[in-house]
Amino acid sequence: MMALSPDSLAQIAVLAPFIGALLIPLFHRVPNLREAVTLATAAVLLFTVIQLLPVVMQGLRPGATLIDVVPGLAIAFRVEPLGMLFALIASALWVVNSIYSIGYMRAHDEPRQTSFYTCFAIALGSTMGIAFADNLFTLFLFYEALTLCTFPLVTHKQTAEAMRAGRLYLLLLLGTSMVLLLPAIIATWFIAGTIDFTPGGILAGKASPLAIGILLALYAFGIGKAALMPVHFWLPAAMVAPTPVSALLHAVAVVKAGVFSVVKVVVYVFGLETLTLSGANEWLVYVGSASLLLASLIALTRDNLKARLAFSTISQLAYVVVGAALAGPAGVIGSGLQIATHAAGKITLFFCAGAIYVASNKTEISQMAGLGRKMPITMIAFLVGSLSIIGLPPFGGMWSKWALVLGALDAGYVLVVVVLMVSSLLNVAYLLPIVARAFFLPPPVEHEAHGEHGEHGVHHGQHAGVGARFGLQEAPVACLIALSTTALLCFLLFFQADRIELLLQGMFTVSS
Amino acid sequence: MELVSSHLPALQIVIPLLGGLLAALLRRGVPAFALTLAVSWIMPVISAVLLDRVLTGGPISYALGGWPPPWGIEYRVDVLNGFVLMLISTIGAVIVPFARRSVALEVGERREAWFYCMYLMCLTGLLGVTITGDAFNAFVFLEVSSLSTYVLIALGRDRRALVAAFRYLIMGTIGATFYVIGVGFLYLLTGSLNMVDMAARLAAAPPEMARAMVAALAFLTVGISLKLALFPLHSWLPGAYAYAPSWATVFLSATATKVAIYLLVRFLFSIFGIALDFRGLPIVEILLALSIAAMFIASIIAVYQNNLKRMLAYSSLAQIGYMMLGIGIGNLAGLTGGLVHLVNHAMMKAALFLALGSLFYRIGTVRLAEIAGIGRKMPLTMGAFVVAGLGIIGTPGTAGFISKWYLAVGALDRGWWILVFLLVVSSLISVLYIGRVIEMAWFRPVAIQVAEAKDPPLSMLLPLLILAAATVYFGIDTRLTAGIAAQVAEFLLGGLR
Repeated sequence: MMALSPDSLAQIAVLAPFIGALLIPLFHRVPNLREAVTLATAAVLLFTVIQLLPVVMQGLRPGATLIDVVPGLAIAFRVEPLGMLFALIASALWVVNSIYSIGYMRAHDEPRQTSFYTCFAIALGSTMGIAFADNLFTLFLFYEALTLCTFPLVTHKQTAEAMRAGRLYLLLLLGTSMVLLLPAIIATWFIAGTIDFTPGGILAGKASPLAIGILLALYAFGIGKAALMPVHFWLPAAMVAPTPVSALLHAVAVVKAGVFSVVKVVVYVFGLETLTLSGANEWLVYVGSASLLLASLIALTRDNLKARLAFSTISQLAYVVVGAALAGPAGVIGSGLQIATHAAGKITLFFCAGAIYVASNKTEISQMAGLGRKMPITMIAFLVGSLSIIGLPPFGGMWSKWALVLGALDAGYVLVVVVLMVSSLLNVAYLLPIVARAFFLPPPVEHEAHGEHGEHGVHHGQHAGVGARFGLQEAPVACLIALSTTALLCFLLFFQADRIELLLQGMFTVSS
Repeated sequence: MELVSSHLPALQIVIPLLGGLLAALLRRGVPAFALTLAVSWIMPVISAVLLDRVLTGGPISYALGGWPPPWGIEYRVDVLNGFVLMLISTIGAVIVPFARRSVALEVGERREAWFYCMYLMCLTGLLGVTITGDAFNAFVFLEVSSLSTYVLIALGRDRRALVAAFRYLIMGTIGATFYVIGVGFLYLLTGSLNMVDMAARLAAAPPEMARAMVAALAFLTVGISLKLALFPLHSWLPGAYAYAPSWATVFLSATATKVAIYLLVRFLFSIFGIALDFRGLPIVEILLALSIAAMFIASIIAVYQNNLKRMLAYSSLAQIGYMMLGIGIGNLAGLTGGLVHLVNHAMMKAALFLALGSLFYRIGTVRLAEIAGIGRKMPLTMGAFVVAGLGIIGTPGTAGFISKWYLAVGALDRGWWILVFLLVVSSLISVLYIGRVIEMAWFRPVAIQVAEAKDPPLSMLLPLLILAAATVYFGIDTRLTAGIAAQVAEFLLGGLR
């Protein structure tokens, strides 16, 4: 292991999940071995990525060009700070999520588990490809691969509803990327003569402010995975997927790949200076802010827990977009922090939603009254995740909100500060009642309780709760381990924020 | 050896011609197939040697029967037709093993040998059109390939194949007639049928002949456009592809229209291009408009087809639109895109039709509604379908993306922003028709009719897998495809006035 150069580590990180994906189907008939392969692959990936961290912290940018597809169009990788952070989060959470998946998929006795784990591994490989892409072509290649390999995951249930949602998912993501993102990439190539990610950007002095504005719009909406309104429809639709998919892919890998790409394009294609000088970023600040608030408001109205979380995700993704659109180092660092802390927080919430579904088959928030007594661990984790997302100490989410506010002030957008504040209040309004309901409201009256006309549910409810055995009714242990781990991570991130910031500073200080 | 080596251009034609005759005489399926296999596998060897010579040493001229051009018939290989020869003979060689079982099933014992005879004749014709440097000789070969194609289509076991063949016969004959009229005009103008000679004489022609030249150009363009099924002259193609025996469809879809496109490029660039600035004529706008119409209308029609062969046929029409678009764009990148799409589309569409041929071999139908869940029963076949389908869509990492990239860059070079968007939007429509099949095959419970199906035997599977792998390979390493196509484009543009 010592002999491996950082350059080859970067390639191994992209390759490892794909190799895992090849191995998983071989153990189709031996589920334990099959899951062992998934876990081993995830562990190898995490180990590889962790080894890259000190190298990147030192200011090196390991990478390699694999092949020139056509002159000027290469498949190439390079690890820079933002990609490092993204890869670290995705690979760490993959380990946790794999443990969770095993508990969830088995408890639920889901069919087609082999293709589930295979597609998952491909999805992670594609995510690594996006994280380490050194140019727009490589990014686009893995971006499309990520869309395609997650389609079977979204439609896993193969019901008519799942297929409908899957079609929407595929068409919206493929559609935006083909119709908007690809022309944007081609235009960038045409204008700049290169599509390599370069510190300081590649468009400086080459395009008019109008052209930059149009290009930015093509990227912002073309990267549909960032779920910037109005191209967000696919995300709530994707919630028909099994919860582990929603958790890792539609709270972390896929959506973060989207906002990550937006940030990366802003920093390395446009260049912060070019963007601020042209003033072309201003509209995106407002569109992002609107998306941020609207999604929060819609989340308030959703009773289905996963749907509410989905709209919450849309809102939280908009934070990242706004941070990037501010086009200042502080804002970009805020975006990076938000990518990290929201990942930990939202995956916890999804894990909890899945645990609730597995343990009690409940999907609607209105059914979850009193659940805290049956599932205390789950609901405490849910509380932790919520607090982190709201941005309260001592959880990681606080620092990303903090950095974003600083970034907004830095760039002179006081309005954005107000938006961020209001949104935090909205977060409180749509997340905390779930927890409150679970702990402070009595469980609903069970069916066998009859003849209780007009009496207060409290009394009966308590009786029913006591009647339905004293014990707990938690999800499988694998699920609990996973959701406790990520909840702990939300807490740990509170103390690690400065290190992440230090890492992200590298985007602006050193060049290659 | 020296003898063989110097006569390679003639052998490229003579071997399949004699093979065809011999196949008919053999009468029985297996020996006829063995012969066909041998001939088909020799072809790419010859093409490769020719192409290599051309790439290193410039055009090869071969005087047939020792009569020097412009009096005798000249076979002339340059990068353009060397590239097309290579394409046709390679595709033929890759797909031919598939024919044995598929043809035996669909054409029947008794007519197998005739089928192979007709295939070799068709191959002769297509290679002949490509290699010859004589405009009238090209007509002869065009008819050789067309007549044998009519028979190939009519051998389909569905009775509608007869109607489809007849329809193609009518349309094809009209096309050929237009072509001959066009050549006739040129002969009147120049007194020559040799393409190089013609070009030189046209260039020296007095200005008052320009109108006649344009008339010739019009006849030739319409005639060849019929053969290459440019929208709206395409009406023969969907039926022909849908009802021909599966393997014949594979071959025709990958080669026949490509050769017609070659011929058009040859006339536009190497003959007229030298004499008159055809890019100043409305022909460019017409080609662009028709290509765009094909890209959209044919794609949309494809979405509504239930017979998958017919669906892919419409898809082919749309893809022909892309190739013609490249010609219409007419600059280095655009032309490269159009030419490389000849190759890319040939392998992707051949793979798709091979997958359908395998389906038909196993379950006797290619109707969308009857293949629910087939992916789980025939995973390799339908896996290859998915890969080739992604290529048609133009996903990055597949050959289709390369074509699209060059076309888009070419359009941008011209400042045609709108065209870039039309290009990507039209390829989005292909997501719909390819996606329908993938969804039905992979994401539906296995239907009872297909419960017994499994992947076809190796001889059928291997060509399919090779072409699917090529779709990915040539999406990543494009030296052999886009690299040569770029050289061809440069060669064509270099000769322009």
